[in-house]
Amino acid sequence: MAGAAPEHDYHLVNPSIWPLIGAFTALAMAAGGIMWMHDMPYGSLVFFAGTIGVLFTMFAWWAEVIREANGGDHTPVVQLHLRYGMILFIASEVMFFVGWFWAFFNGALFPAEVIGGTWPPEGIEVLDPFTYPLLNTLILLCSGTTVTWAHHSLLNGDRDGFKAGLWLTILLGILFSAIQVYEYGHAAFDFSGNIYGATFYMATGFHGFHVIVGTIFLAVCLLRAYRGDFTPKQHFGFEAAAWYWHFVDVVWLFLFVAIYVWGGAGAEIH
Amino acid sequence: MTDTAATPSHFEAAGQDEAHHDADHKPGFFVRWFMSTNHKDIGTLYLIFAIVAGIIGGALSGMMRMELAEPGIQYLAQWAGEEGNAALHFWNVMITAHGLIMVFFMVMPAMIGGFGNWFVPLMIGAPDMAFPRMNNISFWLLVPAFLLLFGSMFVPGGMADGAGVGWTVYAPLSTSGAVGPAVDMAILSLHLAGASSILGAINFITTIFNMRAPGMTLHKMPLFVWSVLVTAFLLLLALPVLAAAITMLLTDRNFGTTFFDAAGGGDPLLYQHLFWFFGHPEVYIMILPGFGMVSQIVATFSKKPVFGYLGMAYAMVAIGVVGFVVWAHHMFTVGLSLNMKLYFTAATMVIAVPTGIKIFSWIATMWGGSVSFKTPMVWSMGFIFMFTVGGVTGVVLANGGFTNYVHDTYYVVAHFHYVLSLGAVFAIFAGWYYWFGKMFGKMYNEFLGQVHFWLFFIGVNVLFFPMHFLGLDGMPRRYPDYVDSQTYWNDIATYGYLIMAVGMLVFFVNMIWSLVAGKKADDNYWGEGATTLEWTLSSPPPYHQFNKLPKVD
Repeated sequence: MAGAAPEHDYHLVNPSIWPLIGAFTALAMAAGGIMWMHDMPYGSLVFFAGTIGVLFTMFAWWAEVIREANGGDHTPVVQLHLRYGMILFIASEVMFFVGWFWAFFNGALFPAEVIGGTWPPEGIEVLDPFTYPLLNTLILLCSGTTVTWAHHSLLNGDRDGFKAGLWLTILLGILFSAIQVYEYGHAAFDFSGNIYGATFYMATGFHGFHVIVGTIFLAVCLLRAYRGDFTPKQHFGFEAAAWYWHFVDVVWLFLFVAIYVWGGAGAEIH
Repeated sequence: MTDTAATPSHFEAAGQDEAHHDADHKPGFFVRWFMSTNHKDIGTLYLIFAIVAGIIGGALSGMMRMELAEPGIQYLAQWAGEEGNAALHFWNVMITAHGLIMVFFMVMPAMIGGFGNWFVPLMIGAPDMAFPRMNNISFWLLVPAFLLLFGSMFVPGGMADGAGVGWTVYAPLSTSGAVGPAVDMAILSLHLAGASSILGAINFITTIFNMRAPGMTLHKMPLFVWSVLVTAFLLLLALPVLAAAITMLLTDRNFGTTFFDAAGGGDPLLYQHLFWFFGHPEVYIMILPGFGMVSQIVATFSKKPVFGYLGMAYAMVAIGVVGFVVWAHHMFTVGLSLNMKLYFTAATMVIAVPTGIKIFSWIATMWGGSVSFKTPMVWSMGFIFMFTVGGVTGVVLANGGFTNYVHDTYYVVAHFHYVLSLGAVFAIFAGWYYWFGKMFGKMYNEFLGQVHFWLFFIGVNVLFFPMHFLGLDGMPRRYPDYVDSQTYWNDIATYGYLIMAVGMLVFFVNMIWSLVAGKKADDNYWGEGATTLEWTLSSPPPYHQFNKLPKVD
């Protein structure tokens, strides 16, 4: 900031336009979404304009953060801020998934009479947990090891290993998402009209969304790796992506055990 | 925590920032107020926002008291421009908007966004918040959220315009019972406000854990900072569950899922569980920062350190923790099993213990102190009295058996207005007068402050105390009409509103007069009782304070 140089290591951030733009493009996204859901004219247009605005804000904002990091603003104490921030953000994400698991267990532990008093509901043909879902479990667990490979390569100054580990992690993430899309396309139950489909698709769907976000996060790290960012001593952007990746991995393990294996037991397999 | 090792090693006295004239260099108008990364400016924006929202939310309650002054329907049809049920729908729109505005756009922005932003960094000796840019989007997300909620009153919401679903947005009224975009606007308004609060919570926790001045251990932190820390954890862990719940509402309404639709195997009670898992911590989110402010103020004006500092801090932690496991006491009449009722009754009553610790510690702080009854102190004492009344009816309502008789009556309305309208709001006014000079550099007018207090104190008691009688007499909440025999106390309550409204006029006169012609505020205008770090700085503090970090012994 302007003025006498502060005699502390905190980062006093320069004024920025992005919070204002981010907030109002989020408004456009919300308003457009509502217009679209109610079949009003230009609803989808407003929604996508808002979405592009939000995405551009994220891009520009984080580009600013990366510039500040490369400019030396991220002193050790500021890096510690970022660590706290990311852990707390993941904690709030955990609670978000608690909501979806709550809905699932409410339906599965206390199945209503209208669905036959059983879970899965009468007439639902579930996905076989030990085919593609198990494969996806292995894919995510494997990606957890490749991202650790990338991390240790970076710590040891092996940039090629770092990039290779990241490449593999991203490809495994894409593979996971592709298999999920394939499974959604072949499931014998609908999203709407029944509680099984509602809890299944919303819980696994939000997880899938988080996988895509995590994959993009890692892809940004890969681009930055090619650009020459990250040192063995300072690479919190990558570490945050890895933490996030482990988080979506763990959520998947709970989804797999609870919804696919336990929540599908006893039902006919499609 | 571990940050001190990373900070430079020149730990000298604070308060020399005025010497660095450049530290007071402020950017131009647009950059300063629309692109801010300054915790004090963002705090001021939050306070302005809360005042605007409070005027709108307060006007709505005035309209409701006008309608309720007499039995029968007086004004509703006129206001709604509709007849019959469509006019009655407008009543539901008003109670919904009043509740949501006061909770999400008045109390929370004032306490956490306003005073939290202003004084947490000052009290812990930090130059700013940990994430100054994110701090700004926490504020700016509230503006679109408020626009969505306010706009929802003017678009179709079922029987007529507006979201008439109550602040709890219960299904199935909010799903199959309210066709039209109004409820979707209210839901997405809560999404945006929730995102704002989660980001704010992350910011406060990081700031408090990582930016305390050298020497300020957690156990030396001012109680206001403790209160914001606990509040931020409640926000962080409770709001995402609300986000999930209202997302389910959104998909039930628009995409055919059946989370809350019994016909598809869903469960309307699931919504209530999810909502109150958020909603109960939410009521502590609204009151805990008030506890913190009152602790500072009572100590300052008693010229004594607060009695039982550690007990006070951990009482707030206990209230926060136990607050997560009592939610179903809001649902005693939905058909919970006996064991569930027993548990939730007992767990709820446990909260009276840490709350009692706080009340008695405030009294013990005053005991034997050199008490001066300045405006912030009378508001704080008003807070202690009112919150005790609301707390006592809270213990009454904790009983699952008794609640069968008063659930959804004015007894409940009286209870939660005593803790919020008379608890949280009294704390906000106490903080406002306590820190007015520090924030704006000018002193408020003591006489007008006292007049404001007494009019408001008498007004809200005349307004809300009769509601206990109306509730015990069986008057249901959320109705625009009542039986003739309940006219007397309803009439009295409306007069109470008028007294309170005159008090609010005095507040605005005081604010404007003081900002224009108030006496210049000294650095520490409260003298020896005010011991926290903000009083070591000028009034208002320099644009960037603590360029040299203060050292705390």
